[in-house]
Amino acid sequence: MPLSPSSKVSVRSGLALALVLSLGACATSQDPATRTNGVNDPYETQNRQVHAFNKGLDTNLVRPVSQAYGVVPVELRDRVNDFSKNLSMPGVAVNSLLQGDLRGTGLATVRFVMNTTIGLGGFFDPASELRIPDHDTDFGETLNVWGAGEGAYVELPVFGPSTQRDTAGLIVDIFTNPLRYSGAVESNPAVRPTATTASVLNDREKFSDTIDGVLYESADSYARSRSIYLQNRRFELGTESPQEIDPFAPDPYEDPYAE
Amino acid sequence: MPSNLSRREFFVSSTVAAGVLAAGPAAALTEGEARQLVDQVVADIDRVITSGGSEAAILREFEKLFLRYADVNIMAQYALGVDGRSASNAQKRAFNDAFTTYITRKYGRQFRDFIGGRVEVNGARAIRSGYEIETTAYLRGDGPFAVNFHVSDRSGSLKFFNIYIEGVNLLLTERDEIGAMLDRRGGNIDAVISDLRSAG
Repeated sequence: MPLSPSSKVSVRSGLALALVLSLGACATSQDPATRTNGVNDPYETQNRQVHAFNKGLDTNLVRPVSQAYGVVPVELRDRVNDFSKNLSMPGVAVNSLLQGDLRGTGLATVRFVMNTTIGLGGFFDPASELRIPDHDTDFGETLNVWGAGEGAYVELPVFGPSTQRDTAGLIVDIFTNPLRYSGAVESNPAVRPTATTASVLNDREKFSDTIDGVLYESADSYARSRSIYLQNRRFELGTESPQEIDPFAPDPYEDPYAE
Repeated sequence: MPSNLSRREFFVSSTVAAGVLAAGPAAALTEGEARQLVDQVVADIDRVITSGGSEAAILREFEKLFLRYADVNIMAQYALGVDGRSASNAQKRAFNDAFTTYITRKYGRQFRDFIGGRVEVNGARAIRSGYEIETTAYLRGDGPFAVNFHVSDRSGSLKFFNIYIEGVNLLLTERDEIGAMLDRRGGNIDAVISDLRSAG
């Protein structure tokens, strides 16, 4: 591998790491007491502006393009999704390792090797056929394992709902994809973003009823996206076991996050 | 803006109901009964999907399933929250009816995502007012998703009163939604009732 690309990568990684550290600092300095209803959203005004932008992007670009992409046979679109997912496996393996999750590292590695070879470059998913469990993680989860706080809720342009911690993780994941270090697998830097975009369009089309419901039929699409993102993310990270709501209790209207 | 999130949200909206096994009012709900309810829901969803009816017919069947197995009254009461305290009885009834239409249409429609997939019941644990039944849903080209049903007989018959899909639960999500609708209407319940009738 030539020297210049790899040094570019490490400069980027360094920048990303600096960003993480600064964002991580914000994330941990947030006082949980400022949360209301389990939501810490001091930047709501700016977030709502970004949300309006994202919604416009969906209305004018993502939604119509996904409908056009929906014309492609579903079998073919699923192959592209598998390809895109396979490209994320090296990153999943590295993050699992950073989390001390050797089982996750093993699963991601086996899936990647198997699907890249007998799965014809990742377009097929023989690993799932052979019942090798799926595994997914990211640097946001690694930061959580390392003890960084969730931080404030943020809605990112294009990427959508996030938290300060997950934003830091996202930046690191984008700039430190291990595939960049191995010219063999991905020689063209446009491959992965293209695959990811296609995969996102596919999901947008596949779940269009639900996504339309959140964005266009909800009384407050910003608050709904935020609530769903935080509930789901906390569940994934296991930071908070889903709250049991007892609507039969004498006062069921208590704040379900308050316990 | 699409993300995993949205992928899961659909699912939140997508689950359903269980069998009315009419436990005697005095008999305590058992884990077996709660499981049976969820098994019944899963079997009914499968039955509807494989019935080969038109899409419109399938949607109507899904709405019926939701109505039969979900404790829609307690969902409505919880979703209205503190605002329900100041409502008159007539308003509460009207809200209940409108919410039933709304939630049935909204969640029933989402069962379509189950087409080509399957749901497996994994385990159960006791919760305050009944049992949590844990299931895993495998959807075509996606998943698996953790889908947990909270089942109780407090309403007088065995029904599920909440669903958690990958951690996102119906009661909280719908209470937020009704709250937002009330905010938009300056707290006017009657206006929200009429919005609900046309929503979902």
